[in-house]
Amino acid sequence: MIEYDKLVNSTVRQIKPSGIRRFFDIAHEMEDVISLSVGEPDFHTPWHIREAGIESLEKGRTRYTPNRGFIQLRQEVARFFSRHYGVEYHPENQVLVTVGGSEAIDLCVRSLVNPGEQVLIPQPSFVCYVPIVQMAGGQPVIIETGPENGFKLTAAQLEAKITEKTKLLILPFPNNPTGAVMSRQELGEIAQVVKRRNLLVLSDEIYAALTYSQAGHTAFSALPGMAERTVVVNGFSKAHSMTGWRLGYALGPKEIISLMTKLHQFAIMSAPTTSQYAAIEALKNGDEDIAYMRGQYDMRRRLIVDGLNQMGLRCFQPEGAFYAFPSIKSTGLTSEEFCEKLIYSKRVAVVPGDAFGACGQGFVRISYCYSTKHITEALERIQRFLQEL
Amino acid sequence: MAMEQILELLQREAQLTPKQLAVMLNETEDNVAKAMEQYEREGVILGYQALVNWERAQTPKASALIELRVTPKKDTGFDEIAGRIMNFPEVESVYLMSGGYDLAVTVTGRTMQDVAMFVQKRLATIDGVLSTATHFVLTKYKDGGVIFQNEYEEIDERGSNLCD
Repeated sequence: MIEYDKLVNSTVRQIKPSGIRRFFDIAHEMEDVISLSVGEPDFHTPWHIREAGIESLEKGRTRYTPNRGFIQLRQEVARFFSRHYGVEYHPENQVLVTVGGSEAIDLCVRSLVNPGEQVLIPQPSFVCYVPIVQMAGGQPVIIETGPENGFKLTAAQLEAKITEKTKLLILPFPNNPTGAVMSRQELGEIAQVVKRRNLLVLSDEIYAALTYSQAGHTAFSALPGMAERTVVVNGFSKAHSMTGWRLGYALGPKEIISLMTKLHQFAIMSAPTTSQYAAIEALKNGDEDIAYMRGQYDMRRRLIVDGLNQMGLRCFQPEGAFYAFPSIKSTGLTSEEFCEKLIYSKRVAVVPGDAFGACGQGFVRISYCYSTKHITEALERIQRFLQEL
Repeated sequence: MAMEQILELLQREAQLTPKQLAVMLNETEDNVAKAMEQYEREGVILGYQALVNWERAQTPKASALIELRVTPKKDTGFDEIAGRIMNFPEVESVYLMSGGYDLAVTVTGRTMQDVAMFVQKRLATIDGVLSTATHFVLTKYKDGGVIFQNEYEEIDERGSNLCD
């Protein structure tokens, strides 16, 4: 018998599996489950984008692309970013097309962090940051955010966690799972600390297009002096409903992007060719799709937040992404107990908040990537569940 | 006007209540109810129907698109003849068309035979109808903005991803 545990990489072995797993497994085995748990759009990729992918296949465009991605796509990415967020990037050397936003996060962390250096991670947040930092030999340092600040990061909280070993701050806004968005002014306060304490920033803006506030999304690199310290990660999954195409991108200083490209070319070679053709179409002619889908999500957002508040699950107003993050503390249950009881008794699947960090305890993540009919039915079931508690 | 969004929402999902619409559109329930009443009164909203896929029901129906070429009347143009046609309960829709023919009429019946008989006996014989061409619907792929066909049926395959 080979003792694999002793042979394999111990860092990988010790990484904890995602806390969301158990609930998907339960939901999967039950019938008639209404899920409010997924983190991907219910809209299909708009047809004109799918057609562009199909057309590229018909024409036999099935080879590798340049490592950084097609130049046409990088040009469109740069135009998109300039058009929507007012930041200019050079398509030749400041844009890297990756396999989803996740690859870009991984490349960025591995390109910047030396073993033992600290990476600041506000939580609750996306479950992949901590393991990615651990795999890079870095030391994750958690900054806990809470409802008192609308789950936003404050300059004081940031300052308090900085040591001489701090290298990188991850900024996960608009936030999964809370839906929190940081305003330009709030980001400006963070920027001052970043500058003063000489940090680098990985700004994960994958949900940028799904910002519902009047002011819209502010890219962190749009703030004075931040472009030279920031790698922005974005992609096509959420904005264009293209999760399965696995396509994202990183924007940043050419020195960092070229390091990331080095890793990318050895591990990945180039992002999927068909997806790149589709993405060119998405950026050229997809702004209306984004506006339409954002409008739909916005209506569902109001429906679900109102429904949760009505039934006594206090829910702060999410301003981005497609999640609500209500407090379930009034029930006296832990997040996990709440989710487990809810799925067994009413067959509604939601995700425990502490899956996104310990400070998510007492909350649950509810996704509104579902039809209004589905949401209404789920809300009714949750209400009955609360009444029977 | 923002209230026009009510029409888009109801066209897709007629069961939404004024209360739900109000929340979704950031409006008061009262305003939404008033707007709906007004739309109904002005004939903008004509009804709230279920979209039925009769092929799946136990009593399927046959339907056909009939192209009619007609002679317009001197004073009333096509209106009079369209008015006669649309009064038949078998007739589901009547459109005045540009191009090779004048009126497009969709007719529904229990069987194709019924539809064919209706065209022969009722439509073709109307004064002013010059010719009819009947095209039977074999399969509905999409109707009223909703996809009907099996192989395109929505399957929610999301949820297998643990990281999202």
